[in-house]
Amino acid sequence: MIEVLYFAWLRERAGTSREAVETRAPTVAALVEELRGRSEGHALAFSDLRAVRVAVDQKLAAFDAPLAGAREVAFFPPMTGG
Amino acid sequence: MEVRVAPDPFDPGAELSAFTARAAGAGAVVSFTGVVRGDGGLSALEIEHYPGMTEAAIASMVAEAKARFGLTAARVIHRHGPLAVNEPIMMVLAAAPHRGAAFAAAEFLMDWLKSRAPFWKRELRADGAAWVAAKDEDEAALGRWA
Repeated sequence: MIEVLYFAWLRERAGTSREAVETRAPTVAALVEELRGRSEGHALAFSDLRAVRVAVDQKLAAFDAPLAGAREVAFFPPMTGG
Repeated sequence: MEVRVAPDPFDPGAELSAFTARAAGAGAVVSFTGVVRGDGGLSALEIEHYPGMTEAAIASMVAEAKARFGLTAARVIHRHGPLAVNEPIMMVLAAAPHRGAAFAAAEFLMDWLKSRAPFWKRELRADGAAWVAAKDEDEAALGRWA
């Protein structure tokens, strides 16, 4: 079970800020493929991955990052702090 | 406490005074305050963040800045939630023996905060709301610290 979090416009498109997902996806990219099938909103959120950043257990990660042992995966747009 | 991420307004003058007192012995204290711009008909700003990751990411940037520039003290304050025009959003403070390191560290921290701290700004205007897009030049600015 992985806790999946969404922020900013990914949250709006997915229609949720977090959801527990039963998955055996080996990588972030494989998880994204599974999440795309959850709803039209999810598919829209992940329609252009160039605009999506990911963190695994609160550390920035790449889409090919492994998910073995991961508890939390977050998806969000490029950050706009400062 | 070196990092504070909270919705509460803060007083940049009071923060600078307190930091300067704490950094006693440093020859140089540099501070930067980011303020909500009211241009283009902006009525308010909303900042979303990733609780937990935000604090950890900033703490690691502060640790890196202290080591890299030999800072004697550093502090980052960043608000989230709704912010009105002209309100301070965030503040970076850096203390070092000499000004070069303090200026450089403040810029380093700002560049990293812009693109690697998990905050997302949303602009509210009379005709609606829109997420602020990340700027290519902010991403490019990180290159100078590589």
